[in-house]
Amino acid sequence: MTMPVETPLMQARDLKVHFPIKRGVLKRTVGHVRAVDGISLDIRAGETLSVVGESGCGKTTLGQALVRVLEPTQGSILYAGKGKAPADIAHLTETELRPYRSDIRMIFQDPFASLNPRRRVIDIVGESLRNFGVTDEREVETRVGEILRKVGLRPEYMARYPYAFSGGERQRIGIARALAVHPRLVVADECVSALDVSIQAQTLNLMQDLQEEFDLTYVFISHDLSVVEYISDRVAVMYAGRIVELSESEELFARPRHPYTAALLAAVPRPDPRGARERRRLRLTGEVADPANRPTGCAFHPRCPFATDRCRAEDPQLRAVDGRTVACHYAESLDLKGVNADAA
Amino acid sequence: MHSQTNSQPQSQPLLSIRGLKTHFALREGLIRAVDGVDLDAHAGKTLCIVGESGSGKSMIARSILQIVPPPGRVSDGQMIFARDGRDPVDLAGLDPAGKPIRAVRGRDIAMIFQEPMNSLSPVHTVGDQLMEKILLHHRMSRHEAEERAAHALGRVGIPNPRQRLSTYPFELSGGMRQRVMIAMALACQPALLIADEPTTALDVTTQANILDLMAELQAETRMGMIFITHDLGVVAEIAHEVAVVYLGRVVERGSADAVFYNPQHPYTLALLASIPKLGARRERGQRLHSIKGMVPHPLNRPKGCPFNTRCPEARPGLCDATDPRTLEFETGHFVSCHMRDPAIVTRREEATV
Repeated sequence: MTMPVETPLMQARDLKVHFPIKRGVLKRTVGHVRAVDGISLDIRAGETLSVVGESGCGKTTLGQALVRVLEPTQGSILYAGKGKAPADIAHLTETELRPYRSDIRMIFQDPFASLNPRRRVIDIVGESLRNFGVTDEREVETRVGEILRKVGLRPEYMARYPYAFSGGERQRIGIARALAVHPRLVVADECVSALDVSIQAQTLNLMQDLQEEFDLTYVFISHDLSVVEYISDRVAVMYAGRIVELSESEELFARPRHPYTAALLAAVPRPDPRGARERRRLRLTGEVADPANRPTGCAFHPRCPFATDRCRAEDPQLRAVDGRTVACHYAESLDLKGVNADAA
Repeated sequence: MHSQTNSQPQSQPLLSIRGLKTHFALREGLIRAVDGVDLDAHAGKTLCIVGESGSGKSMIARSILQIVPPPGRVSDGQMIFARDGRDPVDLAGLDPAGKPIRAVRGRDIAMIFQEPMNSLSPVHTVGDQLMEKILLHHRMSRHEAEERAAHALGRVGIPNPRQRLSTYPFELSGGMRQRVMIAMALACQPALLIADEPTTALDVTTQANILDLMAELQAETRMGMIFITHDLGVVAEIAHEVAVVYLGRVVERGSADAVFYNPQHPYTLALLASIPKLGARRERGQRLHSIKGMVPHPLNRPKGCPFNTRCPEARPGLCDATDPRTLEFETGHFVSCHMRDPAIVTRREEATV
């Protein structure tokens, strides 16, 4: 039986990841860091969904919960596996998760820290193959060679150690490792942030090619909005553990509906000196909301230039506005500036 | 506060670097981290040095203050530093461990680094560290130094500066730490501030605030700034002058407008083309331009033009054989490329950005 196209690949519902804060000799729990605090999200097959926000907003924790590196404190993650009925993987044990491990993979930020320096490329990339049932060493070698070629590395290099590669090449090894077992969903956490611009462009192009070739779905976690605009179909903006705006990428950049989204867009430096001089600036002051000590009402109100008494008292719920979801009391009435293609 | 001497014309640079070379003699060979660099930094202006990792941009900054890690050393060139009302000094000629350069460091020329947590002591309060620096360079009482430290923190937009003096760096957020670093750097009213990727580790929102702050402080004090970054967006926000470096050489320099709107060097063109631009809608299947290959290993430096191995315009037998001249393409806009040299190429196609 084939799944209808509309069924999302993954459906997260009211996902919460809370970390206890322990104090004193007895390590009593005195509070919780609510890193992810009630997120519901559909990930559609074949799309690139970006998650953006400042550091501390919970985007990395969300990514780790989706790949089940972390077990969520609460909520469900419905995943529609290959030819299987959707199952909730949010609270499965490690053994129960095994069949999903080859389906949902991760690419990490730091290509220097995420590769074991004492293992050869064939072992780094081939480990997942061996883990998922490829026992014949010759087959491991062939398949590692294939995937290396796909990411633009020479198969001859598989006997080398990570130190022999540059940052961009290492990130390709990280991508090869994630893709070796033919996953469907790849969560990429700041995977081009540590790369130089010229290498970043190569890597982004490669990721797009691979998406097309292998029919991949990406969750792209990033703080770099220019990259996000370039690569995403949809964008989720996070603040203090929650989604404040979720929209088709083009609409979000053209006309943000949440003041936080608008502020993020305004802060992106653009390679246009004349525009920089003329642009009116919407500057965010103050610090990111503390996820252990969430402000009352809308978590963004202490930094929001449009905040009213209502925002200080009443927590805005995510609701549909103009074909997208926004958590702001004034989403309809605010006239927020997006990025103007003509000005750039 | 700032007295402008009339005898000094505006065009006199605060720091004028000519033919700077910083080399590392390793057992494996000689690394030319900085290989013949010319730069000018002016009072009240910001010079951005932009390049990829390994381009030598940080080494240029370290060379100015003579804090190149051994076995590297400034081996050639001159760096004339002319602070208002004082005799010009050639920083390149000073002993890295001598008294004269130590009087310049921190006082006349201050530096801030990328990761504030690595530059601040974790076991001393912010106030102690600020006061230490002030007392090192100025004769005053502890009380006066404390006054000045609190003032410095207030000036960089830290709320409750007097109370903040007794906090430790770990109690501050990344943005606040970078503000403390800037406060420390500015406490002695330097004529030149060198900032090495000061906003790279920060969120875009915090970065925007720090860039605004630096521009404000510059307008207030007329200090010169050398700002090192890999981010062309940041360059566009604050630069008056831009120098693009590749493998220890300045391949192009000029005003921000010249470099962004009339770039000449193929490397500058490629850099500008490889960044995704906000607001430029992606069409399905559209790709970013990427520069082929990667920055060569410093021990494996190509012959001739350093960029020839990756350059789409490179002409065999010329670019991989001889060093290009540096030409003044238009007033104040310098380019080092054979293919822009009228003696070699008479006409070229209009490059598209």
